[in-house]
Amino acid sequence: MKKTNIELYVGLFMIIGLLCSAYLVVQVGGLKLTRKDHYSVYAYFSSVSGLKPGANVEMAGVAIGNVSRISLDKEQLLAKLELSIDNHYMFSEDVIASVKTSGIIGDKYIDLAPGGSEFDLEPGATIFNTESSLDIESLVSKYIFSDKE
Amino acid sequence: MTQPFIEFKNVRKSFDSNPVMQGVDLLIYKGEITVVIGKSGCGKSVLLKHIIGLETQDSGVISIAGQDLANMDREARKRFKQKTSYMFQNNALFDSLNVFDNIALPLAEGSSLSKKEIRDRVFMRMEQLEILGIEGRYSTQLSGGMRKRVALARALVTDPDLVLFDEPTTGLDPVRKNAVHSMIKEYQERFGFTAVVVSHEIPEIFEIAQRVAMLDKGRILFQGNPEEIQGSTIDQVRSFINGRE
Amino acid sequence: MGDRLEICQTSGDRFEICPRNEEAILKTAAGRLINKVEALGTTTRGWIETVGRGSIFFFQGLLQLLVLPVQFSKILEHTWFIGMKSMMVIVLTGIFTGMVLGLQGYYTLVRFGSEGMLGSAVALTLIRELGPVLTAIMVAARAGSAMAAEIGVMRISEQIDALETMDVNPVRYLFAPRIVAGVISFPLLTALFDVIGIFGGYLTGSLLLGINPGIYLYRVRDSVIMADVTGGFIKSLVFSLVVTTVCCSRGYFTHLHTTGGFGAKGVSHSTTTAVVNSCVLILVFDYIITYLLL
Repeated sequence: MKKTNIELYVGLFMIIGLLCSAYLVVQVGGLKLTRKDHYSVYAYFSSVSGLKPGANVEMAGVAIGNVSRISLDKEQLLAKLELSIDNHYMFSEDVIASVKTSGIIGDKYIDLAPGGSEFDLEPGATIFNTESSLDIESLVSKYIFSDKE
Repeated sequence: MTQPFIEFKNVRKSFDSNPVMQGVDLLIYKGEITVVIGKSGCGKSVLLKHIIGLETQDSGVISIAGQDLANMDREARKRFKQKTSYMFQNNALFDSLNVFDNIALPLAEGSSLSKKEIRDRVFMRMEQLEILGIEGRYSTQLSGGMRKRVALARALVTDPDLVLFDEPTTGLDPVRKNAVHSMIKEYQERFGFTAVVVSHEIPEIFEIAQRVAMLDKGRILFQGNPEEIQGSTIDQVRSFINGRE
Repeated sequence: MGDRLEICQTSGDRFEICPRNEEAILKTAAGRLINKVEALGTTTRGWIETVGRGSIFFFQGLLQLLVLPVQFSKILEHTWFIGMKSMMVIVLTGIFTGMVLGLQGYYTLVRFGSEGMLGSAVALTLIRELGPVLTAIMVAARAGSAMAAEIGVMRISEQIDALETMDVNPVRYLFAPRIVAGVISFPLLTALFDVIGIFGGYLTGSLLLGINPGIYLYRVRDSVIMADVTGGFIKSLVFSLVVTTVCCSRGYFTHLHTTGGFGAKGVSHSTTTAVVNSCVLILVFDYIITYLLL
């Protein structure tokens, strides 16, 4: 009698706890349960200052994937990004990737602008047309110094 | 004489520079009730705890059936421990467990018996000790005499060869005291275990004792049968037995 | 002679401070200083001993987890006690923590005109820090104190000795199931705390202060990455080991800590120090893990 009660309550506790964990992991943490619904493409930038792994990849303001890895390419000394793109979307191979900021002090994200080629960008391919992040500090200093002169 | 079951040879023990046993020599024979008497705080309980391994001596040898307890291999020590029970002065019943679980614990944790076998053995012991019907209660809900019997049932449930009683009658009225004494004697005769009883109850305890040892100032002053100790000429023994300083 | 020290020749070329002057020496300033230093040494040794005993106890417990059979019914019982019975207090602390984070966060962020970031602020604070830490502290206060008291009472009433005489390993019987129950319960309770806290932030942020619920939840989802969630779980796992070990070992070694008193007083001292030490260690380990994870 008492024993089954304990088992029932522990079971209840486990269910509630696991549901909360699942919510955190899947919804909030954004774990991909199925690996197959994304494909990766790569892009090189001269600077991705301020960009974080997990940042959005957008096209026309619609989130279509995220930045899965940021590393430094040792030979070219460029930032190498791995972009994980939703399987639903395909682009032409001359798509333009640029690092943008949402608002002035908002998060950095990657914006993709469509190109005109008739060939599709294959999974695992590299995007050649890239624009690095706009450096606000250098812009501001340029503005100030030009004003002085 | 036959070989003693337990033998203490010049056992010494002190707690922080406070000597409790200063060379104890004691013989305990198989199948007998050996009673250890002595003033309160002279180290009788400590002596008992050495047998079961709750304390270890600083020097000297304690041997069980000819084997040195300190150098016993693991298996032998385990076997000895499983065949030995200890009844604590204040019973040391598990107060968060009910009576049934208390008595069943040595079997449930230390043996590979099935649930049904454990149940049968627990109820058999409870029946023998006339405590049936309280298995669902907790030790704090029981009277002192009941608790003693539950503790005794727990000590006997493993069918031990050796039972160590640490002042089994403290806090009981004279009627209960005699009941516990006769209980020890009766079960000892029925199951044939060896018993070591630490007690203050003089002279009642002499009725159940086959051997008596008196501990004083960390040494065994006297050991022999009850008649011998009552006829002893040693001053301390005589005054202790007669209840005078 | 007064307070002067006296040196005398004992044998041959050996000199010693005269024994009859020992009391006089202790009365001198130097003697008093020596006493103080000695007391400090004794205290330090006590700490080191406690830490050493606790560590050995912890590893004994882990070792006993490997010994079959698995103690299912005891694990179940302790999970019920540590986990199920702590749920109410976790829900209460979680919702109020979330609500106050919502309020404080809103009034801070509104100055920068970025109150839309409230979801990020609440979720990150909860999942990274407050969830694991506050859960562990609440469980230490609720279940940890009970563990220390229960085991402490078993120690002083010789129940632990009784276990040993029955050839039942007390560490296995008392500590090992509690480790498992803690490892099961802490992460689940932390997850519950996080979710309830995020909901609490929603209550104040959206219902009271009028942030768009969609933006709030979008910010929660957008800013938290998997590493934050796993980091929170790692913390709660470590805290579960800290709390169960500290509380059980304090109770288990009640008889060795005689500075706090004997008997019932000793148990009360053990319980208090168990909770205090757990809380301090939770915060210390929180810092260390945060440092290692970042």
